[in-house]
Amino acid sequence: MGLDLRKPIGFFFLLLGVILVGQGLLTQGDTEMYAKSLHHNINLIWGAVLLVFGLLMLLPAMLCKGGDGK
Amino acid sequence: MTSLFPANGALFLANAVNLAAVDYAILLIYVGFVLGIGFALKRYMKTSADFLTSGRSIPAWVTGLAFLSANLGALELVGMTASGAKYGIATCHFYWVGAIPAMIFLGVFMMPFYYGSKARSVPEYLKLRFDERTRCLNSISFAVMTMFASGISMNALAKLLHQLLGWNYDVSLWICSAIVLAYVLKGGLTSAIYTEVLQFFMIVLGFAPVVYLGLQDVGGWDHLKDLLGKVAANPAALELNTNTFRPDAWTSAWKPLLAGPAQNPMGVDVFAMLFGLGFVLSFGYWCTNFLVVQRAMAAKNMSAARRTPLIAAVPKMLFPILVILPGMIAAGLALTAKDGYRLPPKPLAAAEYARALPAVKAAVAMSPDAAFASVSAATGMKMSKEKVAALVKDSATLDEATVKNQLQEAVAENDYDGVILSLVKKYCPPGLLGLALTGLLASFMSGMAGNVTAFNTVWTYDLYQAYLAPNKSDEHYAWMGRAITLVGILLSIVCAYLVSHWSNAMDIIQLVFGFVNAPLFATFLLGMFWKRTTSHGAFFGLLGGIGTSALFHALSTSSGNALGIKGGYLWSLMGKSLADVPTRLTFPSDMAQNFWLASFAFIACFAITLGVSVATARTKTDEELTGLVYSLTPKIVDREDSWFLRPSVLGVILLFGCLILNIIFW
Repeated sequence: MGLDLRKPIGFFFLLLGVILVGQGLLTQGDTEMYAKSLHHNINLIWGAVLLVFGLLMLLPAMLCKGGDGK
Repeated sequence: MTSLFPANGALFLANAVNLAAVDYAILLIYVGFVLGIGFALKRYMKTSADFLTSGRSIPAWVTGLAFLSANLGALELVGMTASGAKYGIATCHFYWVGAIPAMIFLGVFMMPFYYGSKARSVPEYLKLRFDERTRCLNSISFAVMTMFASGISMNALAKLLHQLLGWNYDVSLWICSAIVLAYVLKGGLTSAIYTEVLQFFMIVLGFAPVVYLGLQDVGGWDHLKDLLGKVAANPAALELNTNTFRPDAWTSAWKPLLAGPAQNPMGVDVFAMLFGLGFVLSFGYWCTNFLVVQRAMAAKNMSAARRTPLIAAVPKMLFPILVILPGMIAAGLALTAKDGYRLPPKPLAAAEYARALPAVKAAVAMSPDAAFASVSAATGMKMSKEKVAALVKDSATLDEATVKNQLQEAVAENDYDGVILSLVKKYCPPGLLGLALTGLLASFMSGMAGNVTAFNTVWTYDLYQAYLAPNKSDEHYAWMGRAITLVGILLSIVCAYLVSHWSNAMDIIQLVFGFVNAPLFATFLLGMFWKRTTSHGAFFGLLGGIGTSALFHALSTSSGNALGIKGGYLWSLMGKSLADVPTRLTFPSDMAQNFWLASFAFIACFAITLGVSVATARTKTDEELTGLVYSLTPKIVDREDSWFLRPSVLGVILLFGCLILNIIFW
């Protein structure tokens, strides 16, 4: 169908990634909160992963504009 | 908000979690996106086919992930983790012995008939192949099943929101249903499919960190194996099982199974596992259930349709890491009681608290045994003697909230369905918490959307167009498709209330649908691969199979269950008791009983279909059956440029991969 699903998915995870990275940066050094996640700043780390994933989805979709989403 | 927040911030409480603004933000963004996708798709919804079957236009990677996701409702997630805790790695058989071979079979052998025939749904295939009777039976049972499945999903969602966030059950139910209604009404099946793909990624990305952290916390896979070995030696310590097992019972997929029902926590023998689950139930579900097959039928061409289940099989093979492993980790963690973790206790409801609080007060004056008996009777659950005694001793000095917490803590029955949540709450700080919970909520809502889109297609084409209003214009059917979507959502809500008010309702529903599903694959197998199968054969075979299921259930029991809804009620109607049930019909566990029931139902359906077909005349000519039966359909020549994209080659590679996994975790 006309809507290439990679775009909304890419966008969604890009946005989520930005939010989590933001949260991670804001709460950097909050040892009590991150004791739960075994002292990893999981928001920062995983937020970065989501961001990359979102980009990996979005870029091919935007580059092959006019394509039918594979 | 209830007053159930623990004063000391203990992690084990089954209820309430605090969401931060960031978590709510993630949830709202998700809702925004699913609604946005629905609205964006609206302009492509021109015909009834666009709305109900996506006009056969979706690329294989999307249908593949949606195929997997449609099945991956939150109940599956929650249930698999629960099984992982209760049975360990044996739960993987559902995937590696059950689902994968069935999905491969569907893609390589059956999709050509579903996609290549003019059928727009599975019941319509049955009509083309056989006649209206079989189609009618299948459509009606499927329609009813989807409504209940949808209702069960939404009930679980509303309950979760209520227990977790303190939101009102009714409000949660209606609002979430309204969201689903909005995006399905706008974008039809395509909306449901697209959001299912979104849900898939959310589940993977939401749960992967939890599994990683859990595995790290428990000391890695090898250390987990040691811990589970200790669990197997004394499962009663965690209230998992009253028997003891060999050390590898939780970590070896095949050895405990081959050693017999007494040696594995699931209590099944290898025949029941391989034939009952691996063949009958799995193929019956993955190859004939329109909820998943519909996604494959929405693909843009035959090649994409055939590759859909194969694409789905790849993540499916790896899903045990995401859904079963956490259960096993939870069991291991509970054994070490690290950071005070325990398997979550069954939650007490308000009514039970209301009875138990006065019982605790009164118990102060009683002897320890009488006090324990009184409090246990009040809660109606198995309790821990020491904890109850400690609570009663201190009860005079504690405030009500703390008494309630300690009562909940004293419950000695496990809430297996709560295991995944307990891990999410344990490891996720605000931020990641929002992601994981939104993933869980997304899959509940997808459960409703998927079932409603399957329902509206079967209703519109197989019931309405076929029997009630044939030969109307396509606009009329497109309108009906939308109207019935609304009706479907409302019926789902009714089913949700039904299930929430009657605790037995879920058992009965799943029972009846087990009866209907068990024989189904025999009908399709004979129909697709033997041209001599007649319509009479199919119809009576199916009826016979369903009847056999019901009869088998009425005559058999499983250990630990009384005669009644769990089986064997025919004996009590005859005035007999549990002791009178022959040992052949007494099974070591519910699962064993279920797998044997399926085996017998399949065999009965197969035999009856075969016999009646031989005895009756064919009603369809070879021309009519072209494209519907293997021997009368031109072989598909896979003209893929790359040999490794051919369905048969992919199928072999996947089977091989599955075999390797089975060997590794032997």
